[in-house]
Amino acid sequence: MKSPFLIAAFALLSLPTLAQKKPATPTQKPAASAISGAVLASGKKVYTQNCLTCHMADGGGVQNMNPPLSKTSYVLGDKNRLINILLNGMEDQDIDGESYQNVMPAHDFLTDQQIADVLTYVRNSFGNKASAVQAGEVKTARAAKKK
Amino acid sequence: MKNTLTRFLLPATAVAGSLALYALTPPARVVPDADNAGLKLPAGFGALVAAETGGRARHLTVTPQGVVYVKLSRVKDGKGILTLHPTSTGKATIAGGFGGYGGTGMYNKDGYLYASSDEDVYRYKLDSKGEVTNPTQPEKIITGLINRKQHESKSVVLDNSGNIYVNVGAYSNSCQERDRRPGSLGMPNCPVLDSAGGIWQFKANKLNQKYGDGMRYATGLRNVVGLDWNQQGNKLFVMQHGRDQLHTLFPDKYTEKESAQFPAECMYALDKGDNAGWPYIYYNQEINKKMMAPEYGGDGKKTVDDKYIDPAAAYPAHMAPNGLLFYTGSMFPEKYKNGAFIAFHGSWNRAPEPQKGYFVVFQPFKNGKPSGNWEVFADNFAGSPEKAASGRADHRPCGLAQGPDGSLYVSDDVKGTIYRIVYNKK
Ligand code: HEC
Repeated sequence: MKSPFLIAAFALLSLPTLAQKKPATPTQKPAASAISGAVLASGKKVYTQNCLTCHMADGGGVQNMNPPLSKTSYVLGDKNRLINILLNGMEDQDIDGESYQNVMPAHDFLTDQQIADVLTYVRNSFGNKASAVQAGEVKTARAAKKK
Repeated sequence: MKNTLTRFLLPATAVAGSLALYALTPPARVVPDADNAGLKLPAGFGALVAAETGGRARHLTVTPQGVVYVKLSRVKDGKGILTLHPTSTGKATIAGGFGGYGGTGMYNKDGYLYASSDEDVYRYKLDSKGEVTNPTQPEKIITGLINRKQHESKSVVLDNSGNIYVNVGAYSNSCQERDRRPGSLGMPNCPVLDSAGGIWQFKANKLNQKYGDGMRYATGLRNVVGLDWNQQGNKLFVMQHGRDQLHTLFPDKYTEKESAQFPAECMYALDKGDNAGWPYIYYNQEINKKMMAPEYGGDGKKTVDDKYIDPAAAYPAHMAPNGLLFYTGSMFPEKYKNGAFIAFHGSWNRAPEPQKGYFVVFQPFKNGKPSGNWEVFADNFAGSPEKAASGRADHRPCGLAQGPDGSLYVSDDVKGTIYRIVYNKK
């Protein structure tokens, strides 16, 4: 992740969290434009603290225990379904034909922005390439869940 | 598994075929593979690939006649148990299979083969050649054990008084109100322990036993996969998988490094009624203390002295001991006799620190108790130190068994390789 691009992004936004607090910054536009290094950096931070322990630094998971996050139908598929995995957790589901013995705990304690950033990071790491997840989409999913 | 049988009864049916014959005349010397099957071993030892099963080979057992039975965690081609016949070179051929269920437990004693699914335990009758006589109609001896995916495997071992011991792993990491959720506290009077998180004792010959027909022999054991009966001390020994995620669940109490380093993987010698303390405590192998779990008020410093038994021995964290075998053979040098081999399946919960394990350890014993330091016995199942450190291992040792000649068999549940380790220096 130490691309010159990322370092430049860090230099510009010395505090990556700044990006989270200003939804109006250009980096947050849901446009087709490239995903900003700040979002990826923030996503990586959430990943390292919360997900790496099970899904590993390379997103490769652990045989029989925790699924990989590279090119799975869940990661690359419907964003709402993906967001709900983080909000509700996941248990006893086969993933692309494999079963896993561990549980995926609900991560609803993360903020909308943290969930959006970590999913954007996952969808653009480990060989994945997919559109960003927006905080607004997480908010909507969370509201729908409450109903 | 244990070759306590020293008498070889000559079958009256002397026509009994090649199988019984070569069992009676074992090859003088089993030839190791040129590369020792990729393993690193102490001087004088050699290894060969006895068979490539292609299945997720969990526990395995060898009959007194040398027939190897391997339990697969997932059914392969309709079979959950594979039958391997030895050949004169020391390799084995896959002769067939049966038992259409996945699982882990595999053990043989006194003419019966015991196998477990993740809910039930079955037994099969063995004939004088070590062949199963009722592959499609086993006796279901235990049924309805809890399986909630996490720590699902049921391992089995027998004592010398007709009892069978079964591990029922806890369906939880540390009995949190919400499993593996950061900061979530432990449930008071952990309800998991009623039906899991311990070792249950049943009769080996009674059909359809449920929880109520057996007895919770020992509790406070998070998950046990490797267990064996120590003949010298006439006692059950088990290897516990210690809890995960001290840092991710309680980041203000534990650093990433501490989380990789603790808790110890513990060996316990169990007596009836023992409580090893899960989920309330974990073991710190640096200061040899039982520590209060953070879910129950611990902070990485508070120790607990009473109530719970001490481990018999402790090993580095998260290495996942999946196989335990007391060596009773006479092929290996004297120091190995009655000592313990432990198959460490290899860690995942040390990330981002380097992973560890993926080897078979030898723990010396004296008079039925661990005595002296453990050492790595068979290494490089992973394929390279880098593959072990990343956790992307080629093979992971899981089950251990002793052949009638004293060979040590090791199963691998990644590719299904069955290793056979022999001692050739005389
Ligand atoms: C305690 C271990 C654990 C943690 C921590 C964890 N996961 Fe998971 N995760 C799992 C397991 C196990 C499954 C599969 C559950 C099943 O089989 O039903 C899973 C499933 C998933 C899936 C769907 C399946 C796939 O492979 O595509 C996604 C996406 C995912 N996790 C992302 C995350 C993210 C992002 C985080 C961090 C915010 C995270 N997980 C934290 C264990 C974990």
